[in-house]
Amino acid sequence: MTDQPQVGVVLVSHSRDVAESVARLATELAAGGATAPAVAAGGTPDGGLGTSAELIAHAARRADRGAGVVLLADLGSAVLTVRTLLAEGDELPPGARLADAPFVEGAVAALVTASAGADAAAVAAAAEEAYTYRKT
Amino acid sequence: MDEHRDARGPEDAPEVPLDAAFFRRWLTAAAATVEEEADRLTELDSAIGDADHGANMRRGLTAVVSAVEEERPPTPGAVLVLAGRTLVSTVGGASGPLYGTLLRRTGKALDDAPEVGLARLAGALRTGVDAVGQLGGATAGDKTMLDALLPALDALDEGLDAAARAAEKGAGDTVPMRARKGRASYLGERSIGHQDPGATSSALLFAALARTARAGAADGEGGTP
Repeated sequence: MTDQPQVGVVLVSHSRDVAESVARLATELAAGGATAPAVAAGGTPDGGLGTSAELIAHAARRADRGAGVVLLADLGSAVLTVRTLLAEGDELPPGARLADAPFVEGAVAALVTASAGADAAAVAAAAEEAYTYRKT
Repeated sequence: MDEHRDARGPEDAPEVPLDAAFFRRWLTAAAATVEEEADRLTELDSAIGDADHGANMRRGLTAVVSAVEEERPPTPGAVLVLAGRTLVSTVGGASGPLYGTLLRRTGKALDDAPEVGLARLAGALRTGVDAVGQLGGATAGDKTMLDALLPALDALDEGLDAAARAAEKGAGDTVPMRARKGRASYLGERSIGHQDPGATSSALLFAALARTARAGAADGEGGTP
């Protein structure tokens, strides 16, 4: 769609099923078709519930096309592990950032925006804006 | 660099400088303590959490002991940094990034000093505990590991035994608290009456630290006055 490298979206959940399903949902809902990568990092390497720093780092590398990576996380240790990797380590690609966003709605907004060729700041902002959508 | 090194604490325990081998022994002792207490940690966590704290801490510290024994980092700081990194990558629950940040930041603050005295360790631990507070957004009284770590830090200038006692008391003091962070906070009032598992494991780590220092002093390891 575009010659510019696109921002990658990484979905970090306690559950492999949740991460993979949300990645698929966002990909299928992305208007005009998602061209940016949405990569799931869910659960522990053995398929259990939990958070794996290794899976997150691996997913971020897969999602990285050179324009940065925006991560969304669901709960507790998923959020804390991403924040720790961002603060301490060199395991995440340069330009990686955590979006303060609702997981499902934020994932859709992020992937649509990334597929439109926006930069990482705009992708994260789109995900964070999903909080403002009121349901009642 | 450390004028407290040769000072005697109020308990008249000679303060010995702590080297990389001391911190390896501490981590081994901590792993053994957590192994013994894993069921209790899991029981506390099943009351207000998701019943995995014992198993998570056991898995993390077992991996830590293997890593530091295999790599044998040369300085206390390097031992703690490796231990912290290993916890982040092996635990799988919130205690991984929290304890991982604690050890890694403490280790970084120790820089590459070959031996550290109590005052220097206390300063570095303060940096590590502050980082934990920042990561989790918790403060004293939120019914978290900070409620054991902060009293231990405050008591540390009286020695490691005093710090361990303060951590133990701090963990006990979480019983009447209402959880304001983590999964337990969803329970609201129902979190009252249970001891916090994270504060409990923090107290175990300080107990292991004090025990390791006593054993080292008795054996004359790490230098005698």
